[in-house]
Order: sequence, then C-alpha cells, then structure tokens
Amino acid sequence: MNFWPGSATKRGWSERRPSVEALSHLLVLAEHAHGRLKPVTLAAAGFAAQVCARAGGTFDFLVLGEGVGAVAEALRTYGAARVLVADHPALREPLADKHAHLLAQAVGACGVTMVVAAASTYSKDVLPRAAALLDAGMLSEVVAVQADGGGFTFQRLMFAGNVLGTATLEGPVRFLTVRPAAFAAPASAPGLAVVEMLAVEAVTLPNYLTFQAREEKVSARPDATEARVVVAGGRALKTSQEFEQLVGGLADALGAAVGASRAVVDAGLVPNSLQIGQTGKAVAPELYVALGISGAIQHLAGMKDSRVIVAINRDPEAPIFEVADYGLIADIHQAVPELVDKLRRR
Amino acid sequence: MKILVAAKRVPDPDTRIRVRSDGAGIATEGVRFALNPFDAIALEAAIRLKEQGGASEIVVVGIDAETGVETLRAGLAMGADRAVLVREVAPLDPFAVAKLLAAVCRREQPQLILMGKQAIDDDCNQTGQMLAARLGIGQATFVSRLDLGPDQSTARCGRETDSGTETVTVTLPAVVTVDLRLNEPRYVTALGILRAKKKPIQEVTPAELGVDPTPRTRLLHLAPAPRRKAGVRVQSVDELLARLRDEARVV
Ligand SMILES: Cc1cc2nc3c(=O)[nH]c(=O)nc-3n(C[C@H](O)[C@H](O)[C@H](O)COP(=O)(O)OP(=O)(O)OC[C@H]3O[C@@H](n4cnc5c(N)ncnc54)[C@H](O)[C@@H]3O)c2cc1C
Repeated sequence: MNFWPGSATKRGWSERRPSVEALSHLLVLAEHAHGRLKPVTLAAAGFAAQVCARAGGTFDFLVLGEGVGAVAEALRTYGAARVLVADHPALREPLADKHAHLLAQAVGACGVTMVVAAASTYSKDVLPRAAALLDAGMLSEVVAVQADGGGFTFQRLMFAGNVLGTATLEGPVRFLTVRPAAFAAPASAPGLAVVEMLAVEAVTLPNYLTFQAREEKVSARPDATEARVVVAGGRALKTSQEFEQLVGGLADALGAAVGASRAVVDAGLVPNSLQIGQTGKAVAPELYVALGISGAIQHLAGMKDSRVIVAINRDPEAPIFEVADYGLIADIHQAVPELVDKLRRR
Repeated sequence: MKILVAAKRVPDPDTRIRVRSDGAGIATEGVRFALNPFDAIALEAAIRLKEQGGASEIVVVGIDAETGVETLRAGLAMGADRAVLVREVAPLDPFAVAKLLAAVCRREQPQLILMGKQAIDDDCNQTGQMLAARLGIGQATFVSRLDLGPDQSTARCGRETDSGTETVTVTLPAVVTVDLRLNEPRYVTALGILRAKKKPIQEVTPAELGVDPTPRTRLLHLAPAPRRKAGVRVQSVDELLARLRDEARVV
C-alpha cells in the first residue's frame, strides 16, 4: 500500500509575497484557551512594538479559533493597527494543518514582513509549518532584537541556554518565536485597533489531522509561565501525595504556581505540563523555589532567568546552589513544613 | 510500510559546552558527540513498530560531513536497516535541512517519518514541521504515545502540550516528532554493532538531490550566556524567610 501523495505543497497564494520594504509589518499570532487570551501573547506584542519603535512599521494581531470575539476585543488596546480574526468551527481545536494554512494565507494577503509568537507548544507546532509554506526561515526563542541599517540581528539561546547566538534571518518574510520573559507587554495605546474578520472557507482547509481528546488537569493554581512565584519539586519527592503536600503546600502559602523537574514527570507523579527546562517550559518569575532538584543544565535552561532563586537541597554539592541566590542545605521533609508554617503564621 | 528516521549528530547532553574564544562556534576538543537523544527515541519507536510487524524497513537519514557516518552506524547498530548520508559541510538551518530531507523523502517514499522534536544543540524545534509542510502532508509534534491505525492509513498520537496532553489522529504519510516520554531507547549491543557493519550507507550530495541548501538564517556569533553568580548559603528557615522578606523583597 502506498499512501504517498508524491506532490509538493500547493501554495498558489504565496506568490503574493511582499517585496522587501523599509517599514516592518508584523503579525503577532495570539494564543488563547477556553475563550481567554493567554498573557504570553503580550510578550510577542512587546517584541513587535520594539521592532516598530526601532525600525518603523506597524503590527497586527491574528486570532484563530472558534468563538474568539472576547479574545479579539481584549487585544484592541495594545497599539496594534488591526486585530485580524478567523472565527470558525473548523478552527476550534488548534490543529497545525489548518492554523498554519490560515496564518500563511494571512501573511500573503496582508504583506506581512515578520511573524511572531510567544514560544509555546502551540506556536512551535504552527509557525515552522507556516514558514515552510511560504518558503521562509525561522528563529526560535529569540531573547533580543537589534535593528541596524534596514536589517535585523536577533539573539537566541542555544545548547540548553548555555550559549547566546547572534543570528540574521533572510527572506521577504521572517518567522520568530520569542521567550516570553524577555519582552514586556506593550504599554496600553490610546486608540483602539480595528477588528477585521477574515473569511474562512472550510472546504479549502487542509485536513490531515483529527482532534480526538484532550487531557488537562484543572488546577486552581496559576500556570508557571504566568506566575510571580514558582515552587518546583524534583526527584526528592517520592509520591504524588508527597509532591502535593510539600511542593503544592508551599506554593499555596506563597500564592505560587507549581513546576517540576523531568525526573518527577517521567516518574508519573505530576503531568507533563509542569516540566520546567530545556524541553519543557521556560519560566522567569520573581521568585523560583527549587525543592530537591539537583540543577542539571537541562533544568537550569528553563528557570535560570528567574529574578530570585531559592534552592533547598540536602546535598551541599548540588549544582543548583551555583545559580541560587539563597541556598539552604536541608532535608525538604523538615525545612518545607517549617517554611509553610512560618509563612502562614505571618 | 517504510519508516524514515532523521538522525542528527550533537554534543552528548552531559558534556559541558564551551564557546570558542573567537565566537565562531563551540569548542569541540574533548567533546563527545552522539545521536541527538530525541532522534534515538524516534528510532526506538520505529524499531518497535517493526518488531510488532507494523513496519517493513527503517531508513535512517543524516545530513552531515564525513563524521555523520559514525552517527548513522550507531543508528544501524540500534536496528535501522540502511542509511542515507547527505554530505554537506556548510552550516545549515532547519529551513535547509527540511528541504534536503524533503528531497530524500520524495526518493524514498516512506509512509511514516519519525524525528526528534528538537535537536539539543540549536534547540530549534522546527525541522519536522517544515518538512511536513514542504511535502504537503500532516504532522503530529511532541508525541509521547504512538499507535498505528488498523490499516496503517492513520496514526493515533498523544501529544504533550503546555496544558497537558492532546490526542489526534493524523493521516499517513505524516511527520511525527517525538518527545522524551515516548520510550526509552535500547542500548546498542555488540551483535548490533557487528550487524551494522554489513548494512549499507548510501551517500548523496545536495546537488544530486537537486536542492540548494542555502540557509535562511546565519549565525554570526556565539557567546557564553550570562551566568548567574552563586548567592549565599542560609543557615536556617528563619534566615531564609528574613532575607526573602527584607533583602530580596519577594515574600
Ligand atoms: C534530552 C534531555 C532533555 C531534558 N530535558 C529536561 C527538562 O526539560 N527539564 C528537566 O528538569 N530535566 C530535563 N532533563 C533531565 C535532566 O538531565 C536531569 O536528569 C533532571 O533534571 C534531574 O531531575 P532532578 O533534579 O529532580 O533529579 P536528581 O538529579 O536526581 O536530583 C535530585 C536532587 O534532590 C536532592 N534530594 C534528594 N532527597 C532530598 C531530600 N529529602 N531533601 C532535600 N534534597 C533532596 C538530591 O540531593 C538531588 O540533588 C533532560 C535530559 C535530557 C537528556
């Protein structure tokens, strides 16, 4: 049996690519869930505003989904020229084939020169696909941008955050994801962005993927990428009850989000959505508390930009102490309940 | 069905990376190189599908200089049937790699393309998605559960996302990029190494594939990322709390 279609991508509309021009026209792909805008979107908008301020230009948002009117409305006050919206039942689930198709189409139709989104599993799925549809290149996890004489150079992290690379990106359209922590949300602008609805012809959308199910653990705690304080647990935690009691307990005392090392996720103690690191989430809260985490470079890659790092570990040699502002050599089973107790009694 | 697995040679995850003093690259003296851990997981998934009777042949593909042979031999020793090395010494980016892999796929016509979700050197996480777009086929990324449909026309994939997991079915042929928790790759055995010596490694050039591998991105300069300085050791929970309150002002 051979299912191979044997043909290259059809991309007739990509012929309408813009010519190289002095002014940037950025498109920020918005991210949302359960009808709510994800705050990381504003970091991508912050990047776009920075580029516009330095090199001249404007930016638009693009919202893809079903029933996203409130999300679009929420985006009107951040200095964008337009909020482009494709609202259709076919876009209900964030399937890469359809979302990338519409993103590429919007880029072609609007003369976009730069596409940007906050680094997330959604943008990492969709942006490279859309870039390739337009024969464009991409840079991931950008942390800084410089405009020099009509061109741009970008800084990005490589080798598990150990190396800072300076790179250029050629071509009429550039695709980028940015590290949310590296860019602040743009200041609220006086005018309101115009909301423009894009027509969606469902029959023309690619159909390689079918959504089946989603498993999400609903939690009253904030997401680690959005929280001011993150408490993370490592292999020192032996059961999910213990994790909940110590890591969850301290998190609640601090109004914090919870995170975990890969070891704990692999052991099945907590869901994958809690993993912090090179291959999990990158966070940079005001305060990061690492409980029984050794500090492997793959973990540090996801948290070493936090403003204040606290480590509690019983091994004085643990590498986590090399990045911690405050290190306490202690058994978490003693130190954490004491900490929670004293925080609660304040 | 035929499975194609992409394999990249990267510094071993446990080596300490140092940037060369001229900023033109990383220092490679004394650095151990290995198959990208995510690619090893992709290959393991392919081998398991073959062992379960779901696949007939596994082709492992690398794009590299001469040194790529070593990585491909490791893949053959794990259990791939044959290898293709696209010989290229110039620096590439995911855009160029996807173009080259697309050309190999058009020749090989695999029904399933398995690859790592990212390479642990440049951490791009783009190539699989770009490849799928170039081929005009579907993709399932960050996959930690993979089952072929009964007639092998689809794959059911559990994907790890920022909010949990998501299950999708993707029509084959497709690109599936794998995440850490899909499996634990087997160790190479002495017998595997012996067998690998007899397995073919075909070499091609970008020109033979009709591909211009000029990248879209160019790395101008590398620098060590800013390092944090170690702070203080506190002697007690009380001292920790006091410092967090009065010095760092975070609680
Ligand atoms: C390709 C690749 C990608 C990876 N991606 C990630 C990633 O994204 N995120 C990530 O976290 N890891 C990642 N890893 C794994 C990483 O290399 C480490 O294995 C992992 O971070 C270790 O987790 P840990 O610190 O919890 O466990 P360990 O390294 O086992 O450390 C446990 C620590 O707990 C301390 N401890 C034990 N008991 C107690 C106690 N009672 N009280 C106080 N301290 C105690 C020990 O002293 C030790 O320091 C990746 C690895 C690879 C190869």
